[in-house]
Amino acid sequence: MTTTTLPTYDEAIAGFEPVIGLETHVELGTNTKMFCGCPTDFGGEPNTRVCPVCLGLPGSLPVANKAAIEATIRIGLALNCSIATWCRFARKNYFYPDMPKNFQISQYDEPLCVDGYLDVEVDGKTVRIGIERVHLEEDTGKTLHVGGATGRIHGATESLVDYNRAGIPLVEIVTKPVPGAGALAPEVARAYVTELREVIRGLGVSDVRMEEGSLRCDVNTSLNRPGEEWGTRTETKNVNSLRSVERAVRSEIIRQSAVLESGGRIIQETRHFSEETGDTRPGRSKETATDYRYFPEPDLVPLAPDPAWVEELKAALPEPPRERRKRIQEAWGLSDLDMQSVVNAGAVELIEETVAAGATAAAARKWWLGELARRANEAGIDLASVGATPAQVAELQTLVDGGKLNDKLARVVLEGVVAGEGSPTAVMEARGLAVVSDTGALTAAVDEAIAANPDVAAKVRDGKVAAAGALVGAVMKTTKGQADAKTVRELILERLGAG
Amino acid sequence: MSDLTRMTAAELAGTIAKGDASAEEVTRAHLDRITAVDGKVHAFLHVDADGAIDAARKVDAKRAAGQELGPLAGVPIAVKDVLTTRGVPTTAGSKILEGWRPPYDSTVVERLRDAGTVILGKTNMDEFAMGSSTEYSAYGPTNNPWDLGRIPGGSGGGSAAAVAAYEAPLAIGTDTGGSIRQPGAVTGTVGAKPTYGGTSRYGLIAFSSSLDTPGPCARTVLDAALLHEVMAGHDWRDSTSIPQPVPPVVEAARRGMSGDLTGVKLGLVTEFDAGEGAEPGVMAAFHDALAALTKLGAEIVEVSAPHFQYALPAYYLIAPSECSSNLARFDGVRFGLRVGDDGNRSLEEVMSLTREAGFGAEVKRRIMLGTYALSSGYYDAYYGQAQKVRTLITQDFNAAFEQVDVLVSPTTPFVAFPFGSRTSDPYQMYLADLFTIPTNLYGGPGISVPCGLSEGLPVGFQIMAPTMADDRMYRVAAALESAVGTLTPPSLEG
Ligand SMILES: [Zn+2]
Repeated sequence: MTTTTLPTYDEAIAGFEPVIGLETHVELGTNTKMFCGCPTDFGGEPNTRVCPVCLGLPGSLPVANKAAIEATIRIGLALNCSIATWCRFARKNYFYPDMPKNFQISQYDEPLCVDGYLDVEVDGKTVRIGIERVHLEEDTGKTLHVGGATGRIHGATESLVDYNRAGIPLVEIVTKPVPGAGALAPEVARAYVTELREVIRGLGVSDVRMEEGSLRCDVNTSLNRPGEEWGTRTETKNVNSLRSVERAVRSEIIRQSAVLESGGRIIQETRHFSEETGDTRPGRSKETATDYRYFPEPDLVPLAPDPAWVEELKAALPEPPRERRKRIQEAWGLSDLDMQSVVNAGAVELIEETVAAGATAAAARKWWLGELARRANEAGIDLASVGATPAQVAELQTLVDGGKLNDKLARVVLEGVVAGEGSPTAVMEARGLAVVSDTGALTAAVDEAIAANPDVAAKVRDGKVAAAGALVGAVMKTTKGQADAKTVRELILERLGAG
Repeated sequence: MSDLTRMTAAELAGTIAKGDASAEEVTRAHLDRITAVDGKVHAFLHVDADGAIDAARKVDAKRAAGQELGPLAGVPIAVKDVLTTRGVPTTAGSKILEGWRPPYDSTVVERLRDAGTVILGKTNMDEFAMGSSTEYSAYGPTNNPWDLGRIPGGSGGGSAAAVAAYEAPLAIGTDTGGSIRQPGAVTGTVGAKPTYGGTSRYGLIAFSSSLDTPGPCARTVLDAALLHEVMAGHDWRDSTSIPQPVPPVVEAARRGMSGDLTGVKLGLVTEFDAGEGAEPGVMAAFHDALAALTKLGAEIVEVSAPHFQYALPAYYLIAPSECSSNLARFDGVRFGLRVGDDGNRSLEEVMSLTREAGFGAEVKRRIMLGTYALSSGYYDAYYGQAQKVRTLITQDFNAAFEQVDVLVSPTTPFVAFPFGSRTSDPYQMYLADLFTIPTNLYGGPGISVPCGLSEGLPVGFQIMAPTMADDRMYRVAAALESAVGTLTPPSLEG
């Protein structure tokens, strides 16, 4: 391909209408794998979470995990899908070393959940994303190519396979094609994945962490001229963050537009998104379509979820995140913009729990989006993993409200809490950080300051009350900041007869 | 003491329980018999003498301690090499698994061990249970004890021959299209395919998952029933296992042994009785047996099963389709043979070379058939259509069982044939399972019991029953056995 100058996004989208579609894989947080009793915990030594079943040893047979079926149905219900009253697993046949049986147990033409939708907010408007299907399958292992320069299969001297991940339950959620998003298509894609993540997190069935691969996303993109039929789509893989979802759609729109504008043709292919360059590259896979030779899995019996049970699951679903956010926004009195920043920071639950623990919404928001968000950003971690709990934040605010800590001291105490030194009260006491409220000790410090600054004291006595600031500063210095500035000021004015 | 190897399993269990012989003595007698005759028969791929003696001594210790023994405790048994045995080689008759020692026991084997039976070793079979003669074993064929120049049936020819040659009183087989019953028929032994789901497939190296069924091989109907009860029953590790009690097969066999079949209706499938493709000698022996059963009080009713004629083609779409997927895991990555891994070849090349070298011609033929039948654009015409035939055959069985208690037919159209006589034309080999395949497609039980000789070779009589009514066929089989007696092959000594 020649290296022509690519158009800007605005130029690219000007002449076309995009159609997007998203395929999302979610690793369920069940205790055991999809078809065997092996644990699913993350990060074990390679090949220590395996058994004859998930290694696909000859003679072994799968047994479906009921908790995974339940989680999938709950996801389907939360996405407004119909739940099948009878469906089957199917074998997807293809050879790959990280797939122990050289087929994947998945679902084909009989998925567990079909035909739903998810509403998302983009630019103040509601966009309804149709859900084609939600089905259950097993994850593959991981292949590590060693000895080569690139860590890829080509040029590697050895390939090592870790089957710990093989057989972990995986839910695939496929949207219907989404036309009509126009220039907002990248934002719509991102908003969908963000909202989907919130829904699934709210169900408590997965930790949905894109960076750890428990939520993976493939993005389909095509362009057509207004009024014409939909164009040929490409599938972009390796999209590993919310930001990448948006960037992948944007870059694919730009690339496809350039190809079409120059009279070229879009090839139906799999492309890989590059986090570094922000663009997509063709996958290494051959252009011939793989024939997966799907057929019903004969080792498993059909699934027939009892409609009464499904109704029970439906009745027990948590409040949808979108409705919950609206309710919370009103209760907290936040502007749309403020609420958006809370959502983007992943702080909704944290603030909610902090409020439940006794803090005001404003105070809770201040701590989570201020000091704690800054620390989480610096450390490159989730806000929830920052080291402080909602209860601790509420306790901290109680200490401030009760005059035991001022704002500055509270930040120091929070540092101790995050460092694991204990509760805010414990940190305050251990570090001796409480506000000096003993007026006897303060009076001595005030008298000392007055004696040391006779000129300033004279001005205050003469009625220039503003000059008292210098004396307050001096007292704060000798008390190492542990005095309440307001009290100090009152004391100074009182001593100097200017009150 | 009489020759321990000539005793039935029921007799041996009694002998051991009474203390007339120890389980170790019984085991050693059978190991000696294997040493003496298996060079001629080649029923075993692996003899686990040490494991067998250990197991026998445990039974003897248990008895010495006054603990209660199960109905088959101390009785030696041979296991088809398609069932995994922990730490003991398991090849499924294929080069691709040569030397593989499974890290786990199949459920059937686990139940055999729990019952105190003594596993002598693993028996020969057509590679991955695909065949009707053991000629497709990668380790050479098994010879029929009745005539060493003839096939012992297949795929479980090793298990049937071991029992016929008095190398073991009992054996385990697996039946996908007739692999227990047809070898039973041509070796003059009893072979039963239980209801699909009545015996666990966990640890059975899959050929065709929706058809494979483990079952017993023995020299008497009662022995088969005793083994059936020990090996059967629900297993949570096999999702297709039926969560119901085991049908009372031992009780039924004992009842049948009384020789009274008054009121029992036997269905004669008219489409089978036309005798098309069946040898006249086989049909003659079959009709003699029918006459004998009538004398015991049974009533013969003609029933029609119009779709049975499509069973063979449907089977040869379903079984290869499932096998093409089941056998994909044999790729040299995790276990078994690996060919061409010289550090230069790609993973794909190594997989390909391994499968090329590790699989025999018949296995490759079926993998190709199945791959084709499942491919996009052909699925509906082949696999989908075959599944419809399966439904129709099931309807034929259900309709027939509204009229009769069991269906009867010859087990296989011909007696043991000479080696090499059917290997050049796959269809001629496939015909061996003409009468047994419908039962597999339906999922019900079937048993083959000896009913006489044709040209000096055994003929099998098949009895088919409704699903989970395995006891019915045992009753009729035991009655027939009481009327015609058991068969004894010529001596292998000298
Ligand atoms: Zn496992």
